[in-house]
Amino acid sequence: MTTKTILEVRDLSASINGVPILKGMDMTINAGEVHAIMGPNGSGKSTFAKVLAGHPAYEVTGGSVLLRGQDLFAMPAEERARAGVFLGFQYPIEVPGVTNSAFLRLAYNTVQGARGRDELDPLEFDDFVQEKLALLEMDPAFLDRSVNEGFSGGEKKRNEILQMAVLEPMLAILDEVDSGLDIDALRIVASGVNRLRTADNAILLVTHYQRLLDHIVPDYVHVMDGGRVLRTGSKDLALELESRGYDWVAKEKAGVAA
Amino acid sequence: MSETLSNGHLDSLLRGQSRLPSSARGWLDALRADALEQANALSVPTTRDEEWRYTDLSPLYQKSFLPAPSAGTVAAQALDACLLPEAGCRLVFVDGHYAPRLSSACADPALGVTSFSDALAGQDPTLQANLARHAPLGADTFVAVNTAWLQDGVQVRVHAGRTAAAPIQVLCLSTRPDVVAYPRLLVVAEADSGCTLVEDYVALHGGEYLTNAVTEVALADGARVRHVRVQRESTSGFHIGTCGVRIGRGAHYLSSAVALGARISRFNLNIVQAAEGAESTLDGLALIGGRQLADMHSLLDHRYAHGRSRQLFKSVVDDEAHAVFNGKIFVHHGAQRTDSSQQSRSLLLSPRARVDSKPQLEIFADDVKCAHGAAVGQLEAEQVFYLKSRGLDEAGARNLLTFAFAAEIVHRIPLPSLAAQLERIVLQQTQKQTSDRNRP
Repeated sequence: MTTKTILEVRDLSASINGVPILKGMDMTINAGEVHAIMGPNGSGKSTFAKVLAGHPAYEVTGGSVLLRGQDLFAMPAEERARAGVFLGFQYPIEVPGVTNSAFLRLAYNTVQGARGRDELDPLEFDDFVQEKLALLEMDPAFLDRSVNEGFSGGEKKRNEILQMAVLEPMLAILDEVDSGLDIDALRIVASGVNRLRTADNAILLVTHYQRLLDHIVPDYVHVMDGGRVLRTGSKDLALELESRGYDWVAKEKAGVAA
Repeated sequence: MSETLSNGHLDSLLRGQSRLPSSARGWLDALRADALEQANALSVPTTRDEEWRYTDLSPLYQKSFLPAPSAGTVAAQALDACLLPEAGCRLVFVDGHYAPRLSSACADPALGVTSFSDALAGQDPTLQANLARHAPLGADTFVAVNTAWLQDGVQVRVHAGRTAAAPIQVLCLSTRPDVVAYPRLLVVAEADSGCTLVEDYVALHGGEYLTNAVTEVALADGARVRHVRVQRESTSGFHIGTCGVRIGRGAHYLSSAVALGARISRFNLNIVQAAEGAESTLDGLALIGGRQLADMHSLLDHRYAHGRSRQLFKSVVDDEAHAVFNGKIFVHHGAQRTDSSQQSRSLLLSPRARVDSKPQLEIFADDVKCAHGAAVGQLEAEQVFYLKSRGLDEAGARNLLTFAFAAEIVHRIPLPSLAAQLERIVLQQTQKQTSDRNRP
C-alpha cells in the first residue's frame, strides 16, 4: 500500500440470504484515480458497491477491505460515510416529509463534525449549496422539495451527485449513475462529477454502458463476472467490450486458467 | 359490558344536574329534552357495537365525572402559553363553560361571534337553524349527551362574501380533574366566505376527566373553511369529540385533526357534501405512546355529483399504544363524477404497538373514482440505510424518518406558530422513543 492508496480490496467474498455473490474480489484504488467496473447483469457489480457502503442485507464472508489502511468492515455504514465513502444509489430512496435542504445540511454538518471541521448555519449553508446547485445546473426549487419525492429518474441522479458535491467524499462509488439519463442529463451529471475530481479523491463507477466513460474517462476498467474481477485494463477495454460483448473476457479467462 | 354499568354511567352523568339549564327560548329546551331522551334511548357504546369495535370505553365507564358548576380559574400565564400569535380572535372554554372574560373581543368585520345566550336573546335565527342539524342527536350517545347538557356555547358567523383576516382560535381548557366538560361550537360560513378555525384542547393538570365536545360547521355555497383541531389532553384524560360538517355547492372544507393526548380519545368527523361540486380535504395525525388509544372515525357522505374528497390519516404508535382509523365513504346514487381518495398510513415503533385501520366504501353511483389504501409498517430498512450512507447514525436516521412521517401532516397546517409547536412535540416524542429504546 502506498500513501496514495485509498481502497484496498483483497479476496473479498459476500453473500445475501446465504447466496454467495462476491467470490474473491481484488482491487486497489489510489487517490486521483477513476475506476470503472463493467460486467453483465448479475455479475456482482452493484453488490460490490453496496458491500463497500455497508448495506445491511449483505454479509461479508471472507477477505478484507482497507480504507486508508483502516478495516472498513469494522465501521458501521455511517462511520464509513463520515470517513469519506459515498455511495450514489442506483435507485435513490424517497424520503417524504424531509426537505432536500434540511437533509443536505444535516448530512453535511454530521459529516463535517465527524471530520473535526466547522458546521454551517442555515444561511452559510445556503450560500455553500447554491454553488453546488449551479455545478449541476439544478433549479434551487429542488431544495424545498422532499428528498427525491416525485423526482424524475434524472432528477434523482442529479440529486445524488448534489449530495456527493456537498459531502466531498474521498471515495465516491457511483452505482449506475447513468441509468435513466437522457444525453443532456448525462452530460450535466458527468461534468458535475468531473469537476469534483481532485488529486486526493477517487471515483468508482459501476456501469453497464461504455457511453458514460466517454464523459467520465476512467484510468482503469475492471470487467466483473461471477463475483470476481476477470480482467483489468485501460479505458480501451471498455471500447472493446462495447464491440465484442462480455463473453470473450470470460472465455479468455477460462482459456488462461485451463 | 353489562347494561347496568352502561346505564350507570348515564345515571352518573345525569346526576350532575337535577334539571336542565333553562333558556329564554322554548326551542332550545325542547331540543335538550329531545337530546336527553335520545341519550337514554341509545345507551353507551361497547365493543359489541360495530362503530366501537376496537375502542373499549370500559375504563371511562368505571369513572364518575360531573359537570363543573362553573369555569375554573385560569392564571394569565397559563392562558398566554396556549395562545397562538396569528389568531385574530380567541374563544376560550374552561371546563366546558364558555368564558367570555378570557376570550378576546372580535373586531373583524367579516365575523360575528356570539355566545349562545346572547344569540338566544337576540333575533338572529342562525342558531336555531343550525344547532344539532349538522351533528344529529340520533347517531351517537355522546352527541346526544353533549346536547342535553348544553350550557353556553359559541356561534361564529362568517359573513357572506367576506374572509376573516386572521385565524379564530377556540381554546378548550381543562383546569381540574373529575369533571366532564361539554364544549359546543357552531360555525356558519355564509356564501363565498372564508375563515381559518383552530380548535385546541389543552389540560392544565394531569388528572382524569372527560371532554365530550361537539362542533358543527356549515359551509354555504362557495365558502372555504380551514379547520385545525389539536387534541392535547392530559394522558390520563378521556376525550370524545364529534365534528359535523355540511358542505354546500362548490364549497371547500379543509381539516387537520391531530391527536396527541388522552388515555382514550375518539374523534368522529362526519361530513355531508350536500350539493354539487363540494370538496373536502382531510388530514389526520395520531402520535401516541404508553397505553394511549386514539380512535379516528371519518364519515364522508357524497350526495351530489362532481364532489371531491381527499383524506390522509397517519399514526405513529409506540409502546403499547393503539391507534384506530375507520374511514367510511358513501357515494350516493346521484353522486356521479365523484373523485374520492382515502389513505391511511401507520408507523409502528414498538412490537407491542397496535393499529386497526378499516376503510369502508359504499358506492351506489357508477361513474366515480374512489381510491383507498391502508399501510401499516415499520421504518423501511432501505430508507434507514440511505440516511446512514449519508453519515446519520441509526438513531438519527430513525428519528428523522419518524419525524418526517408525522411532519408531512404538521407542515400542511396553515399557522406557522402552531406547526412549529407541533413539530417540536413530534421531535420530542421521536427522541424520547429513541432514548427509551436505547435504555438497557
